Amino acid sequence: MDTHTTAAPPCCTSPPGRALPSCSCGTDNPVPPEIRTTGSQITFANRLDHCLARWGINRSGHRVDPGLYRLGSPTPESPVFASANYTLSFDALRSALAGRDAYILVLDTKGINVWCAAGKGTFGTGELVRRIEVTGLAGIVNTRTIIVPQLGAPGISALEVRRRSGFRVEYGPVRARDLPEYLMTGKATPEMRRVWFPVQDRIVLVPVEMVHVALPAIIIAAALWFIAGPVAALAAVSAVVAGTVLFPILLPYIPTRDFSTKGLFLGAVVAIPFAIAFASDPAQPGWARLIAAITMLLIMPAVTAYLALNFTGSTTFTSRTGVKKEIFRYIPVMVCMAVSGIILAIVLGVNRLLGVI
Amino acid sequence: MFDSYTKNTLRYYEDRCINCKRCSQVCPHSVFAEGPEKAELVNPAACMECGACALNCPVQAIEVRSGVGCAWAMINAALRGKDLDSGECSCGGDEVSCCGVQEEKSTCSEGK
Repeated sequence: MDTHTTAAPPCCTSPPGRALPSCSCGTDNPVPPEIRTTGSQITFANRLDHCLARWGINRSGHRVDPGLYRLGSPTPESPVFASANYTLSFDALRSALAGRDAYILVLDTKGINVWCAAGKGTFGTGELVRRIEVTGLAGIVNTRTIIVPQLGAPGISALEVRRRSGFRVEYGPVRARDLPEYLMTGKATPEMRRVWFPVQDRIVLVPVEMVHVALPAIIIAAALWFIAGPVAALAAVSAVVAGTVLFPILLPYIPTRDFSTKGLFLGAVVAIPFAIAFASDPAQPGWARLIAAITMLLIMPAVTAYLALNFTGSTTFTSRTGVKKEIFRYIPVMVCMAVSGIILAIVLGVNRLLGVI
Repeated sequence: MFDSYTKNTLRYYEDRCINCKRCSQVCPHSVFAEGPEKAELVNPAACMECGACALNCPVQAIEVRSGVGCAWAMINAALRGKDLDSGECSCGGDEVSCCGVQEEKSTCSEGK
């Protein structure tokens, strides 16, 4: 992190009469609020950190210290922006403010991005008010407005913040990159207020989706390799890749609205080549080929659909009511498919052990 | 058919609206639009129940049971024998979540 702490307590540089009661200047109070300094440049180390975050490595460790930051050379009239103490959030903000003088108030969201933290309440009214108080913000700036990212709104009650801290919350655009235009016009366009889920936003989620299931997938694929051969192992890997890589990328193009049915569809498409491969194996009797093909068509779509359903939390638009409905509707279907597929696979395995096939 | 997202818990009491425009500012899916005298509920089915509008409405003209639409979190809660809505933890939107991070558990259960 290219940030460092400045030596001078901010209250000492604030205009006369504006110093906080807690200011240590010329008193015995030992706790001056510190202001850190940051810049707009994204360094190689920052990019490496973002990359590791995207791969889910050290997932709770991508943090900046909460508190007040100086960007450029802000005056008491400079704008104040709120952010989360997650490096991707903080870096998006400071890089969008290149060439400007501002204060950034970083809330302690435990290393979680603004939207998720707002949903949990950690990017919330209480933390914002507390952070305004402990940094002595009111004594540092003359402005009584704080620009909060729009996606912080699920955790912030602007009315309550005003009442408790005297600061007016102004909701900025969803994306930090729209800030220059927003600051110029003083208004966020409807487009700036909309959340989308474009292909680049979906692709960046793929690594973490894969990492989530990599270990069990590898173990199961390895076990299948020894029990049922390389094609079965490849089928397991394919079902998982379909659910964690193809599904996020193809999301809007897969038929139906529900994630589960989308996943069943995608899983079936991926299973068909495997079903054909097993169905056309000349070394097996007709009934065994049929059972093997059906097994593929039962288990693979169920696995892909389950992974697809689990992607709901990573998207930008699923409601809890809808996801709950999906769980009750489709989890029983997935379980039935998987269980009957496994039973068929066991039947095949037993027959092979007994030397029937 | 195959669309579980047509209904949600969003309720709008238009008669209470004072046209402060907060809801249309905070909604990420343009569920509310600015109207001449009152906010207009233009796309209720697009609501993801984030709760931003209700929390920022100064006159309680909007009600919604807010929560995170994350199957992973709900299924895990169910597997642990808890209510789906217990909201012990929720998965990250576009970035990292705290799911599965042991030391963060206590903080995850705060708030919602």
